[in-house]
Amino acid sequence: MWENIKDFASTFFVTGDPLIYGADVSIALTMVAIVFVLTKFKKWGWLWREWLTTVDHKKIGIMYLIASLLMLFRGGVDALLMRLQLAFPNVEFLHSEHYNAIFTTHGTIMILFMAMPMMFALFNIVVPLQIGARDVAYPFLNAVSFWMFLFGAMLFNLSFVIGGSPDSGWLAYPPLSELSHSPGVGQNFYIWGIQISGIGSLATGINFLVTILKMRAPGMKLMKMPLFSWSVLSSCITIIFAFPILTVTLALLFIDRFLGAHFFTMTGGGNPMMYVNLIWMWGHPEVYIVVLPAFGIFSEIVATFSKKTIFGYKSMVFAMMVISVLSFFTWVHHFFTMGAGADVNAFFAISTMAIAIPTGVKVFNWLFTMFRGRISIKQPMLWTIAFIPCFLVGGATGVMLAVAPADYQYHNSYFLIAHFHQVLIGGVVFGYLAGIYYWWPKMFGFKLDERLGKWGFWLWNIGFYVCFMPQYALGFMGMTRRLYTYGWDMGWAPLNLVSTIGAFLMGAGFVFQVWQILYSIKHGERDTTGDPWNGRTLEWSIPSPAPLYNFAVVPQVKGADDWWLTKQARENGTAQEEKVQLEPIHMPKNSGIPFIMSACWFVAGFGFVFGWIWMAVVGMIGVALTMWARSFQYDTDYYIPVDEVKRTEASLGRAL
Amino acid sequence: MQQVMTHHEHGHDHEHDHGHEDHENLKVLGFWIFLVTDCILFATLFATYVVLMHNVAGGPTAKELFEMPGVIAETFILLTSSFTSGLATLAMHKGKTKQLIGWLVVTALLGLSFVGLEINEFVNMVKEGATISTSAFLSAFYTLVGTHGLHVSVGLFWMLALMIQLGRRGITPVTRRKVTNLSLYWHFLDVVWIFLLTVVYLLGVM
Ligand code: HEM
Ligand SMILES: [Cu+2]
Repeated sequence: MWENIKDFASTFFVTGDPLIYGADVSIALTMVAIVFVLTKFKKWGWLWREWLTTVDHKKIGIMYLIASLLMLFRGGVDALLMRLQLAFPNVEFLHSEHYNAIFTTHGTIMILFMAMPMMFALFNIVVPLQIGARDVAYPFLNAVSFWMFLFGAMLFNLSFVIGGSPDSGWLAYPPLSELSHSPGVGQNFYIWGIQISGIGSLATGINFLVTILKMRAPGMKLMKMPLFSWSVLSSCITIIFAFPILTVTLALLFIDRFLGAHFFTMTGGGNPMMYVNLIWMWGHPEVYIVVLPAFGIFSEIVATFSKKTIFGYKSMVFAMMVISVLSFFTWVHHFFTMGAGADVNAFFAISTMAIAIPTGVKVFNWLFTMFRGRISIKQPMLWTIAFIPCFLVGGATGVMLAVAPADYQYHNSYFLIAHFHQVLIGGVVFGYLAGIYYWWPKMFGFKLDERLGKWGFWLWNIGFYVCFMPQYALGFMGMTRRLYTYGWDMGWAPLNLVSTIGAFLMGAGFVFQVWQILYSIKHGERDTTGDPWNGRTLEWSIPSPAPLYNFAVVPQVKGADDWWLTKQARENGTAQEEKVQLEPIHMPKNSGIPFIMSACWFVAGFGFVFGWIWMAVVGMIGVALTMWARSFQYDTDYYIPVDEVKRTEASLGRAL
Repeated sequence: MQQVMTHHEHGHDHEHDHGHEDHENLKVLGFWIFLVTDCILFATLFATYVVLMHNVAGGPTAKELFEMPGVIAETFILLTSSFTSGLATLAMHKGKTKQLIGWLVVTALLGLSFVGLEINEFVNMVKEGATISTSAFLSAFYTLVGTHGLHVSVGLFWMLALMIQLGRRGITPVTRRKVTNLSLYWHFLDVVWIFLLTVVYLLGVM
């Protein structure tokens, strides 16, 4: 009996590595601390009422933001561990299996649990405010999406201390990811963590598509809509077409592993290339899903901080739409070397290069907007400007990779690693950081400290080039990706050391940003106007942070950059101020169902991971019951009375 | 600091609350988009099936396995159920709650017998030694057809919940929207089945 328990525990809990024991202890301590603080300050009820059951898009956005920053930290620690190992390859800081696990979790977390939620944070915080809406189309579904993401991410992260992490790469190519090569539960954690959060992402795509199509304030024609909302629209369309493919791909891989099917196995007629095709049919659009909103952010910021209308609005919209369509026709460039034949490779090489054209259009439009503008270089603008050269180099190396015959040389080398980090960090991370700095006052009512922010900015930027430029060279010197060690005679060590130093500089940049946030909570400049940057779009026309109902009166939109027009009209004295008539505001009620339902998904996922059918069944029944319960709920909304709206507005310093 | 709100003309545009009707229409639109994603899900499964359908790995082939009479019966039953779900919607538009529930019951029974027949088909195949792990062809077959069957089963579960709600509340904007979505879903499954019949069964026995 005792032996059995010991046996079980030694496979259930990950053992044998001091790093992991360290993590165990710190996780346990954090949990105890959280429970203690919540109990001591009697905050359980508050947590439940204000956050766990909320359907307010602004709060959901903030929760996405917090979760994504935590994941950025976890993914970042993974990255630093890998870089340490590569700087001193003969020290054996990480063993080979551990190294494999870390590059797998790093990639997965960064794309799916850092970039995606950070993007959804901005969707949630900005889109309804920008289009003059009081809510998203489906507030309840929005909460479901968030909790599915969070529980999926938790399931994935749990693999670090329970059962063991996946280690067959962030896209889990078979046969490595098949039972024959990955018999442990790590790969199941990968499948179910992503699957559960992926369903949430798909729902978010639908939600924001309908929100943008149907909830715009009267008068806001599509072609008068701010560019960030346009970028969200194009990203959502891409999500809607790409994510079902991911769902199927992961399900098939799981069926292979769980029921012994032969979709992707080397035996039984399976076809591993089928997996590679499927995963990239999702994977390539996915990189555009995350980068398109960054393009939208830059468009907003460039216009605001140059005090000019964006140059070439229509071409910006058109370029984004073209990119989201083209992104579906380039996936084979990820495996030119797998022998699809010259004509197939040629097709995909050309379609890949074609994406550079609309991207180039956008870059020129940003530059033209800045040209002769009265530019003020605040943090959002700083990141935007840094993005441009970074993305140019990233795009150029992308086109180099897209030359199919040349790709035989670069494929799976450090050159590739440098390329995609350049576009992902330079494009996506810089973009979202710019967006966070830009909309931070809108979220929390205060600005982030400029001085500490500049430290963060320069450390990130210098660190970035120090880290990744040597990697292009290492690629040419023959260093391939996913190595955990190499000989000194290869001559790679000096450049790797430089690269590691760069990575730590970026880490230091992150530390400054955390410090910046903590410092600004106390000392940050308060935003009493609601319009700290002299913005152009509707979100700046309401107080910061926005009241529950966003707009006391739904605006009547006259043109693009509507708020700017209003401000100008007021200056010129041509504003027509009409009498407002407030009406009760229709709002959705909070609900605990999204949280409970996602928790049931978590239970089911955990059961599937370990092959404990009873647990999976219990979880799935829970999911079904919560959905059933929701279906029987009819009393799901309420009205905020006019008096209360008046009182709230008055307390925010607005006269009605 | 005091600020003046922008005062807008008080247009009676869509944002004003004209009851729940607007919200319900929004949910129908969302459901259409959900069906688009479901289409892609099935398209991906179909593509997988087409790629793998000849990889029988020494196991039984489609020709040896498929029993067309059963499949024809399934087809007939599902098509009829789509028709009866249409009749249910018609009854709803006429405001006849009893009739509506009645047709939903018929639809559900037909759906149930479809699922029953399909399970029976699967059981027979497994008895003949054709399991999901026999070959890539069979993996793809069970997954594709099974996913459709699972969709039908979920639809039945949903239909049950809806019948109870209709019984309690009658036809309201909310139940109306739910019936609309359900019948959209049911027709959609019908269309998917036609593709299944053609690509899997007819191509298989030809
Ligand atoms: C002009 C634009 C771009 C071009 C021409 C381009 C081209 C390519 C090509 C050909 C590859 C495959 C190389 C190989 O495996 O040998 C690749 C890989 C990659 N690209 Fe890009 N790319 C572009 C923009 C982007 C953007 C905007 C992102 C992300 C936001 C991105 C992320 C990635 C990632 C993550 C990989 C590597 C995936 C892996 O194998 O693990 N790329 N790119
Ligand atoms: Cu790609």
